[in-house]
Amino acid sequence: MKFTLSWLYDHLETSATLPEICAKLNQIGLEVEGVENRGAAIEPFLTARILEATQHPNADRLQVCRVDAGPGFQDVQVVCGAPNARAGLAVIFAPPGTYVPGLDITIKAGKIRGEASGGMLCSLRELGLGEESNGIAELPDDTLPGQSYADFAGLDDVVIEIAITPNRGDALSVCGIARDLAAAGLGTLRPWLAETVDGTFTSPIVWENTYTEACPWVLGRTIRGVKNGPSPEWLRRKLESVGLRSISTLVDITNYFCFDLGRPLHVFDVNKLSGGRLIVCRGEGETFRALDGQDYIVTPDDCVITDANGVQSLAGIMGGEASGADDATTDVFVECALFDAVSIALSARRVGISSDSSYRFERGVDPALPVAALEAATRLIIDLCGGEASEVVSAGAQPEWQRDASLRFKRMQDLGGLDVPAQESVSLLEKLGFEVRDQTDDAVRVNVPSWRNDIAQKPVLAQGADIAPDAAAKAAEGVSQIEAESDLVEEILRLKGLDRVPAVPLPPISVVPGTALTPRQARAARARRILAARGLVETVGFSFVSHEEALRFGGAPDSLRLLNPIASDLDQMRPTPMVNLVSAAQRNSARGWADIGLFEVGPAFSENGQQLVAAGVRVGHTPRYPGQESGAVSLWAAKADALELLTQLGIAPEALNTTTDAPSWYHPGRSGVLRQGPKNILAYFGELHPSLLQAEGIDVPVVGFEVLMDAVPDPKRRKKSAPKLSAFQPVRRDFAFVVERDVPAENLLRAVRGADRTLVTNVSLFDVYEGPHVPEGYRSIGVEVTLQPVEKSLTDAELEAVSERIVAAVAKTTGATLR
Amino acid sequence: MSDDLEILRQEVLSELTGAADMRAWDAIRVGTLGKSGRLTALLKALGKMAPDERKARGVALNRLRDDLTRAIEDRGQVLEAAALEARLVAERVDVSLPPPPAAQGFIHPIARAVEEMTAIFGAMGFSVAEGPDIETDWHNFSALNTPDHHPARTDHDTFYLPPAPGLDVTRVLRTQTSGVQIRTMLAQKPPIRVICPGRTYRADHDATHSPMFHQCEGLVVGQGITLGHLKGCLIEFLRVFFDKPDLPVRFRSSYFPFTEPSMEVDIGWSRRTGEIGGGEDWLEVLGSGMVHARVLANCGLDPREWQGFAFGMGIERLTMLKNGIPDLRSFYESDIRWLRHYGSDPLAPALLHEGV
Repeated sequence: MKFTLSWLYDHLETSATLPEICAKLNQIGLEVEGVENRGAAIEPFLTARILEATQHPNADRLQVCRVDAGPGFQDVQVVCGAPNARAGLAVIFAPPGTYVPGLDITIKAGKIRGEASGGMLCSLRELGLGEESNGIAELPDDTLPGQSYADFAGLDDVVIEIAITPNRGDALSVCGIARDLAAAGLGTLRPWLAETVDGTFTSPIVWENTYTEACPWVLGRTIRGVKNGPSPEWLRRKLESVGLRSISTLVDITNYFCFDLGRPLHVFDVNKLSGGRLIVCRGEGETFRALDGQDYIVTPDDCVITDANGVQSLAGIMGGEASGADDATTDVFVECALFDAVSIALSARRVGISSDSSYRFERGVDPALPVAALEAATRLIIDLCGGEASEVVSAGAQPEWQRDASLRFKRMQDLGGLDVPAQESVSLLEKLGFEVRDQTDDAVRVNVPSWRNDIAQKPVLAQGADIAPDAAAKAAEGVSQIEAESDLVEEILRLKGLDRVPAVPLPPISVVPGTALTPRQARAARARRILAARGLVETVGFSFVSHEEALRFGGAPDSLRLLNPIASDLDQMRPTPMVNLVSAAQRNSARGWADIGLFEVGPAFSENGQQLVAAGVRVGHTPRYPGQESGAVSLWAAKADALELLTQLGIAPEALNTTTDAPSWYHPGRSGVLRQGPKNILAYFGELHPSLLQAEGIDVPVVGFEVLMDAVPDPKRRKKSAPKLSAFQPVRRDFAFVVERDVPAENLLRAVRGADRTLVTNVSLFDVYEGPHVPEGYRSIGVEVTLQPVEKSLTDAELEAVSERIVAAVAKTTGATLR
Repeated sequence: MSDDLEILRQEVLSELTGAADMRAWDAIRVGTLGKSGRLTALLKALGKMAPDERKARGVALNRLRDDLTRAIEDRGQVLEAAALEARLVAERVDVSLPPPPAAQGFIHPIARAVEEMTAIFGAMGFSVAEGPDIETDWHNFSALNTPDHHPARTDHDTFYLPPAPGLDVTRVLRTQTSGVQIRTMLAQKPPIRVICPGRTYRADHDATHSPMFHQCEGLVVGQGITLGHLKGCLIEFLRVFFDKPDLPVRFRSSYFPFTEPSMEVDIGWSRRTGEIGGGEDWLEVLGSGMVHARVLANCGLDPREWQGFAFGMGIERLTMLKNGIPDLRSFYESDIRWLRHYGSDPLAPALLHEGV
């Protein structure tokens, strides 16, 4: 909402300065979004007249002018290059020392090509006011020299823009803003009284109302014999200063009251209406052309105004093109109605219009104002356009808007945290227009003013379905008892200023606070640190990706496709953060940063719900170093990332088994699934599928992993038993087994481990070999086994026995033989 | 002393001087003192001598053995030191070579900010609550006193999803994490102190808006919680978060459907330099207020018994201010250069006792 200081002064008598007004607006909840003071920047510029203009002796394109710019500058010589500079012309003069905003220079007195120049004659563009720059600005011939140009041009007014919160429909008017400022102690509200205009004839247009839910009350009257046309200067300037376009006097008057009183009005051209009757009713699917030139289809939920020809107005939102006032209008019918806020909000959203009118109706207009507003509008129309007014016609009646609210004074402290004396609370409420009905030492009951639709409303609840009925009823009763009181506490606090409320520390729950995170939340935080400590860089990707990309990563169900995406490539909830990581790899690689590692710990979406996934990619090649070849990133690095993360989260690597059925976005022969038991999938890892990389436009190798964090069982916080630290040296033995190529090494390692659970404390693989000396279709696997004696050193015979057990166990489960 | 002994002494000493390495030295040692060494042979021959000769010869031989043993040991130490010296010279490398490169990982600024917020609010007794990104209309709006026609809804530019298969419930991408507050109040009896950090979504995309961003909301419900506590809590948070004990904090009346009284919170800064805490200007960083009676009742809490406050802040916005990050969109672009520049060290998590 924009308004000017001078418009504010129409309603507020105050000596407050601009900064004081802005500070107060901010304090009381009318947030200042901008202050435009165009006059301040051009304050030094003066009106002037060229007395004489002669050719510059040393320059073809310059003239030497004698200029009268009023007191102090009555006869100044100025060198000017404008082709239109001529004797007698009224101009804009910048004295020495003036900052010229359009040129970003400060004028100095001096000589130009040898001729003295004591200032500058300016174009509007140089003042930062316009685009035209065909020479200097030409002012009207009768302009008196020596005036402030800003005053002369009416640019001395300050425009203030404030944000009005949705509850404050009453502040969508200059009058309402003035009322709030006055209540906050910043001056006195000027009384506003509409002068009644008696009707002299019966209106040829009458109202009928068949949709009273959407329109409880509608008024109007005809004014005949008017002359429409351009608005007078003051009205045009007022509207333009707040960003409105002046259209014609009649339309401008409706806009004026919309901003001045927050009272939307509409004018119909009587001669374009037919049937003598305007009907407020439901739409019937008709197409209607509004004043914006667009066609809209109205539904039975929309409130419209029709005549014998059909829909003439989308009520409270926008009038119709067919019956609007124009310069030829001689008889006008003024509509002043009360439309239901919810009905207007839903209709306006349905048709996609937000007009100054609908904006106000949605937020609630003053239900007591229509009669006075119609009188005031009539008066102004007759004053500016002439004509005579009919009697007022109406349908429906003023709705019952009267409400009261009570305040227990101690609630100022108990809820608001500020002790406000009872009488001060009452006095502040009265300044806002509340009327005291009764008052005791402890409490006051007040009538709510008609314009405050936000206070003491009937509570509307949307209680959870699972709440026990008695608890729900008790809570609802609580709301009806205290909500209006909270409204009043808020009003008093905002006028007092929230900065007056002393800050109080929250009472501690315990001296040393408990943990803020659940074990699962802490685990996600640790996952980030673990992966970053492995050299991967964390990213945050959008939760939505393109439908096509999601398909490549296995999941794009329609139920997870946005109904109103902001862009076609952001329309599908991602099945895995891997989607974003792969495209991030592509973007970085295309920029010349191919050799990187990225990860994200974030949500993945499927029809089964949302789960947390820690995904990572390693892209490109390993770094070059003396004695170290650079190679493509390897799937083992990705497997190590996943295993390390799982290990740190409490999963022993021995408890995992690897299967080869990773999802389709991985290379089928170079990827795996880490499972705990046959069912619980904890992670995928591997090289990404070459076709996927090609589709994504990536020409460097990429390996990756996805750890399904929600599938990782909660860590058991068991107390650790004391370690058995044997006094005897461990024995390390190497075994080489020949085994069919397709037997997973993991099975072999597990068999070794299981051969003697006491003695075998570690098994590590050191060699895998295929080639000469190993049969075709077989490979040799070398493992080092650590045997840890507990009671006494192992004898050769015991060593031999355990070795045989190992070989036998491996042979039994894998068919391998000792090489 | 007999001549032969003196000759032996001179020979051995001269050979020792000539020994250039430990191998030559060892040959001399063995050739002199070893089992078949020259001195050993002389000592062995002593037994065959006449007793009177033997005595004098024995004394001389013993002295010679002592002398040579010492001389050999001394020479050995010298040679050993020389050998070590030579090895150290030979093993010298160019230590100015860089070590093998190890990739440095980083934590994203958003995760870092959430950690910091958790640490600070955690110290004030808050715990972290989370909820789904896809919310029902009720959790995101209706329960928060924002019915369907409410003007605040149009401000939110909500993303909608089709109903879940088999369920006729309007689903939205949450526009705020307030749904988590609702879930918390439904699930646990007060007193409640939670913060709810998480992803939020609004259909808006330009230089200062992203269709996905992060919010951290907070909720305190208890008995005797007043607006004074709200102020105390938020001022404390902002001053610790920005590490400015004197940070100016301003509370302005405002409106949110789910709080009453409602207020926006500004911090002092300089528009010209961007410095937090300095200058004449104010910058909005938070929305907050006392929890609306209807919201409490929608969650089954009697507002006569319980009251409290709630607040919400944009995580990116606070991170940008704290770290001087100019562009919102860069948070999600995953440009490795940006991530390395603004990312933080995983081994230096936000710990109050180390400084956040």
